[in-house]
Amino acid sequence: MSASRTTVLGALALSGALLLSACASENNTSGNTAGGAGSTGKAGSAGSTGNADCFSGNLKAEGSSAQKNAIDEAISVFQTTCANATIDYNPSGSGSGIKQFIAKQVDFAGSDSALKTVAVDGLVETDDAAKACGSPAWNLPMVTGPIAVAYNVAGVDQLVLNAEVTAKIFDGKITTWNDPAIAKLNAGVSLPSTPIKVYFRSDDSGTTENFTRYLKAAAPDAWSYKTGKKWTGKGEGKEKSSGVATAVKGQDGGITYVELSYAKQNTLTMAAIDTGSGPVVLNAESVGKTVATAKPTGSGNDLALKIDYATQAAGAYPIILVTYEIVCSKYADAAQGSKVKAFLTTFASDAVQGQLEKLGYAPLPTEVATKVQTAVSAIS
Amino acid sequence: MSSVTAVPTANGGAGRSDQPAPHGEQASTGRVGDRLFGGAATASGVIVIAMVTLIATFLIIQAVPALMNNQESFLTSRVWSPGGDQPAFGILEFLWTTVAASTIAMLVAVPFGVAVALFLTQYAPAWMRGPAAALVDLLAAVPSIVYGLWGLITFAPFFKPFQGWVESTFGWFPLLARTGITGGTILFIGIVLSIMVVPIVTALSREIFGQTPLAHQEGALALGATHWEMIRTTVLPFGRPGVISAAMLALGRALGETLAVTFLVSSLPNGAAWTWSLFNGGETFASKIANNAAEFSSPTRTGAYIAAGLVLFVLTFAVNSIARVVIERRKAFSE
Repeated sequence: MSASRTTVLGALALSGALLLSACASENNTSGNTAGGAGSTGKAGSAGSTGNADCFSGNLKAEGSSAQKNAIDEAISVFQTTCANATIDYNPSGSGSGIKQFIAKQVDFAGSDSALKTVAVDGLVETDDAAKACGSPAWNLPMVTGPIAVAYNVAGVDQLVLNAEVTAKIFDGKITTWNDPAIAKLNAGVSLPSTPIKVYFRSDDSGTTENFTRYLKAAAPDAWSYKTGKKWTGKGEGKEKSSGVATAVKGQDGGITYVELSYAKQNTLTMAAIDTGSGPVVLNAESVGKTVATAKPTGSGNDLALKIDYATQAAGAYPIILVTYEIVCSKYADAAQGSKVKAFLTTFASDAVQGQLEKLGYAPLPTEVATKVQTAVSAIS
Repeated sequence: MSSVTAVPTANGGAGRSDQPAPHGEQASTGRVGDRLFGGAATASGVIVIAMVTLIATFLIIQAVPALMNNQESFLTSRVWSPGGDQPAFGILEFLWTTVAASTIAMLVAVPFGVAVALFLTQYAPAWMRGPAAALVDLLAAVPSIVYGLWGLITFAPFFKPFQGWVESTFGWFPLLARTGITGGTILFIGIVLSIMVVPIVTALSREIFGQTPLAHQEGALALGATHWEMIRTTVLPFGRPGVISAAMLALGRALGETLAVTFLVSSLPNGAAWTWSLFNGGETFASKIANNAAEFSSPTRTGAYIAAGLVLFVLTFAVNSIARVVIERRKAFSE
């Protein structure tokens, strides 16, 4: 008995110590930020960082994991000029970010889709967000993440698909790579008879939502399912972007939809999309063209975009995901508003947007970026 | 090693409760240390019991409103769409995947773990026992995500051809029918889980096999038993309650394992046809909840997942209770 009592005591002591240290580290962070309060300055506000007004202290944000790498880049750029500012971004998912924003737990939210104006599960996000802010909430498009149709077929380095064929593949209607429908789009490419293995995201995801919106808009006859964050087609589900990318990499005949950065990291080949005016390869330019044709659905500085997934504009890559920052137009706490404004000014600036391409995103096209900058400067 | 000491203690405690209180241990001298220690121990006990009760209460309170709105039969439906005005969800698929994968894990891990324990206590040369036991215990300390990564990157490429061969040779047998899923099948998950739980089975079994009275063993040998017969007639019967409790602890871990399973599992699309095949995909309770934790956007939706969690809680609880009963029964024969 005595031995086991010692064990219990030891375990208690250990868990106690862990708790204590957890508290201690939290204290540390806030201590640091408070300690830096005296030394604020506009150290390097000049030039391309968009005249960041530095603040010292803490800014909290939460939401979409798709924009995590982009926001990390923005944070590091912001902190090179404003060393006393800390910005925490928790990539817990769009839904979670909006929820925390409405609950006033975070200063702004990142989301893969604009706030919904219609009731979902009895909640109207736009209204709830406005209530939490005490002013209208704005959707500011900040990063565009192209979604690649990535595949792994031995001996096939180039592949062209169109919306209808893509929809049929992801619906399990086309089951082998040498199907006549695929061959028709790829004259001169020798396609093997390998079975097609479709992988989808098993977690609810903005990528799934935007990909299914594309299928629904561009191939309404071939894609009869609802659009949404939960996959409704066929295939085999894997967890998160890394899961589907790894699965395709390890499976001859595999195909999936995944953010560009993951396709690049896993060196997967990406299909070009034939929108009706020739095959379009995924790159910053072709994505920018689609973003530029998107129609604003919000009014004034609310820049929610309606992407024309069925676009036939020459050289426009149609499968994209626009991630938004969701902010209050007027924060109840003016200091909070100026912090958000300062950070987002940097985020929308060329210094950050110019770096996004190498991270697997596409920068905002100039005209959209200008609107976003105007909106950001109107935050108070 | 804490897990090793935990179980015999629990058994010992339960066994002693019906004996008269040992006077010497209970008598307090009234000194500060005595009271402090007694108080701390009592408080720990009470807190743990209160915590389990509160967790159960929390699960029930959160789950009930969602269950009231449920349009489907919760226990027998395979539909899972907990959001919207008409939430409809059932846990049949998760229940099947969880139970099937854990059963496979047990079928592999228990015989294997017991064999390892017998080797370590009965066959291995003395110099080898300590280091080998430590290595097996080390397996238990490997974080589950490492098993996930190993399964995905190293084990899966070996498993895929094996699965292909089994499917084409024994595909006529419903449990081994071809399904088109090649990655994280139930059988694959079960095997990875079994490797995770082998050290638990081994550590506990080894401990109890090592305690077989020498007199029993020598008696058996003296009566002319071979080494194997001696093990069969003395070590195994003596160790049975220990092996059962080891298996139940292991089963508890297999049922609730989240990270590695979430990492490996291939989930099924909506409306996939039902099949008994172990080469099908599917999500376990834990992986389903973990996979969707980011999207608990409304109380109904959250409640549906919590209701699924409640089922897992009850399942684990039932497994442990059965184990307790079995151990209590068996004990009479081995002591």
